[in-house]
Amino acid sequence: MNSLLTFPLGGVHPPEAKGQTAGLVIERMPVPDELEIILGQHIGAPCTPTVKKRDVVGEGAMIGEVQKGLGVPLHSPVAGTIKDFGMSAHPMRVTSPSITIAVDHDAIPVTYPRNDWSGLTAAELLGRVHDAGIIGIGGAGFPTHVKLKPPPDAKIDKLLLNGAECEPYITADHRQMLELAADIIEGARIIAKILGIGECIIGIEENKPDAIQVMAEAARAASSAECTIRVQALRVKYPQGSEKQLIQALTGRKVPSMALPSTVGVVVHNVSTARAICDAVVSGKPLYEKVMTISGGGITRPANLLVKVGTRASDIVAYLGGVKPELAKVIMGGPMMGFAVSNLDVPVTKTTSSILFLTEKEIDTRPHSQCIRCGWCLAACPMGLEPKEIGVFVEANRAEDTAQFGVFDCFECGSCAFICPAKRPLVQFIRLAKMKARR
Amino acid sequence: MWTVLACLMPPLILSVFIFGIQTLIITAVSVISCVLVEAVSQKALGRPITIRDGSAALTGVLLAFVIPPGVPYLLPVLGAVMAIYVGKHLLGGIGYNIFNPALLGRAFLLATFPVAMTSAWLPPLHDLAIFTHLGAGADAVTAATPLAVMKEQGMEAFTQAFGSGTSLYTSFFLGWRPGCIGETSGFLIVLGGCYMLYRGYITWHIPVSVLGTIALLSWIFGGKALFSGDPLLAILSGGALLGAFYMANDYVTSPTNKISQLIYGVGIGALTVLIRLKGGYPEGICYAILLMNPLSSVLDSFFKPKRFAPPVGGDK
Ligand code: SF4
Ligand code: SF4
Repeated sequence: MNSLLTFPLGGVHPPEAKGQTAGLVIERMPVPDELEIILGQHIGAPCTPTVKKRDVVGEGAMIGEVQKGLGVPLHSPVAGTIKDFGMSAHPMRVTSPSITIAVDHDAIPVTYPRNDWSGLTAAELLGRVHDAGIIGIGGAGFPTHVKLKPPPDAKIDKLLLNGAECEPYITADHRQMLELAADIIEGARIIAKILGIGECIIGIEENKPDAIQVMAEAARAASSAECTIRVQALRVKYPQGSEKQLIQALTGRKVPSMALPSTVGVVVHNVSTARAICDAVVSGKPLYEKVMTISGGGITRPANLLVKVGTRASDIVAYLGGVKPELAKVIMGGPMMGFAVSNLDVPVTKTTSSILFLTEKEIDTRPHSQCIRCGWCLAACPMGLEPKEIGVFVEANRAEDTAQFGVFDCFECGSCAFICPAKRPLVQFIRLAKMKARR
Repeated sequence: MWTVLACLMPPLILSVFIFGIQTLIITAVSVISCVLVEAVSQKALGRPITIRDGSAALTGVLLAFVIPPGVPYLLPVLGAVMAIYVGKHLLGGIGYNIFNPALLGRAFLLATFPVAMTSAWLPPLHDLAIFTHLGAGADAVTAATPLAVMKEQGMEAFTQAFGSGTSLYTSFFLGWRPGCIGETSGFLIVLGGCYMLYRGYITWHIPVSVLGTIALLSWIFGGKALFSGDPLLAILSGGALLGAFYMANDYVTSPTNKISQLIYGVGIGALTVLIRLKGGYPEGICYAILLMNPLSSVLDSFFKPKRFAPPVGGDK
């Protein structure tokens, strides 16, 4: 591996902390008695329920649909009875409307036979991706079928799969690449067929040499004259897995501010999304299960779990033997970009890739102080922004004047806040600045 | 902050070897006064007390490093009041102070006590055989700082007093000569600086541009004829190393982005040489830095970091 690629501007090296779970095989968590399925799983319009109270639903049955606007249908992860419609705790939005399903433990789990998809047209494949409720699993949860239908004037020539998994602690993609490499590659082939392109590059950070090897073998086996798939090792640097940074590392192309990757001819999907696409197309299985990493010093038994969407964090905690007394902070998502939650009733959504139970030692509790103008945040920002200036403006109640600093380029990777020696909550400042500057 | 402090400990310990315990006492007085003044001024101004962050202690050490070790104890105390209360808290407050506090304290002392501040040098102790055998001519050392001798008495007196050639550089580099604590051992200062560079606390931009400019300009203009100056001597003396690594680099009072840092460094270097050659103060870097300090934020607002990729058609 002599040519390790990375993005040139900024970046930080937080402690990786993946050792607790990197070696653990994905285990299926038993289904709890009740699931709470949030109706707004993705960016765009939330779903409207298509079921009534006390309806009996089967595993994989549709329970919600987007009536107008951007979105995908929602499916029941289990056989059971619709118990209630209510509000659920939500990691980012405080609360969000949801459907509660009482699980029927006696129902026989559905099995999905594999089918040959080579005869299907691109439009049919796209339809299956939509019908299976697939959204971008790694990130913000953008409906996948929309990403697979780039504007007609865009000339797409490369598909990039994101296996960087640069957030500390999380090993869910790592394990899926090891255990389900063939499915991920098949997903890549499906995407390539939908988009009509012949080149796919899978970017994986070099701290996962086993995954690089397994994926490279699977890619070689699946490559053909019309579609070459290869793995590219990436240097370990946060945020390697951010879309724009990954595109630059793998292709040298720069996506302009406020533009989509398709403007530079690429489409990026996460490896776990590719796997979900494979499930949807090959077996007709909707997206209602998630591989996630449960880790941190505050949980009794860290694990990589396959859980049903709608499982509450509290059920996961109970299954893994409870939390330790040292637990100080619970984060949904990674430590860099995730959200702290104060309530263990939050249910898992399609985009939850981890829940971290961190101890006092693993988090920084020092109070923040004035900016000391060290300039480290400038050097760390992969977008070339000036987080310190944005912070100073926000503190001076001039958040609405921050557009001049390109605040909308910020994708809240948290590199600046991580590196700041004064521990300034720069990402919070930026979120506020974006809210105010938008008006 | 604490790491920077740790980097300054070796030169301090060496100075105790060279000049005796007096240097340690002066440093202690300076540090304690700075920390106390910080606490008192923050209390008086109704701001949170932040003495635990180590920045006041660091200012104390730096202040002690730039005053002659033989001064009365009152001087570091007054210097601390000036540095911390006026320089840091009245002129901006944490993170917003315009001038480097330690240097402001020194400038104040120099203006108020010119005699003590330019003559209270301690001669190196003479009975430390370990240093003499390193090649430094111990007998030849006088009690005046090298650049002052050179300026006032000319090159001949200088070579007479400090030796010449390799032994001269060695004595400068290792610290065997009178001067402020922080001026004495270039080697340990550079060592500490390199450690901070290695750990990523500082970047090379400011120290390299400061020292590079000093060396270049001293080489061109520092001698009797053009291009006959001694660049090595120029950076080894007059506190240039301490200034470049620890003073000019001070986060708060230096620019934050790389291009402005380079310009800032070149500016400091050029002003240092100008003051050394044309002005009355051999230790010109102190004023050079103070003069460039207020330009930091101006430079920063001129030179913005390079954005990842500008929007198509420009920002709206
Ligand atoms: S959070 Fe935003 S401002 Fe901070 S480093 Fe990341 S992109 Fe830059
Ligand atoms: S990293 Fe923090 S202290 Fe340093 S300039 Fe940025 S905001 Fe200020």
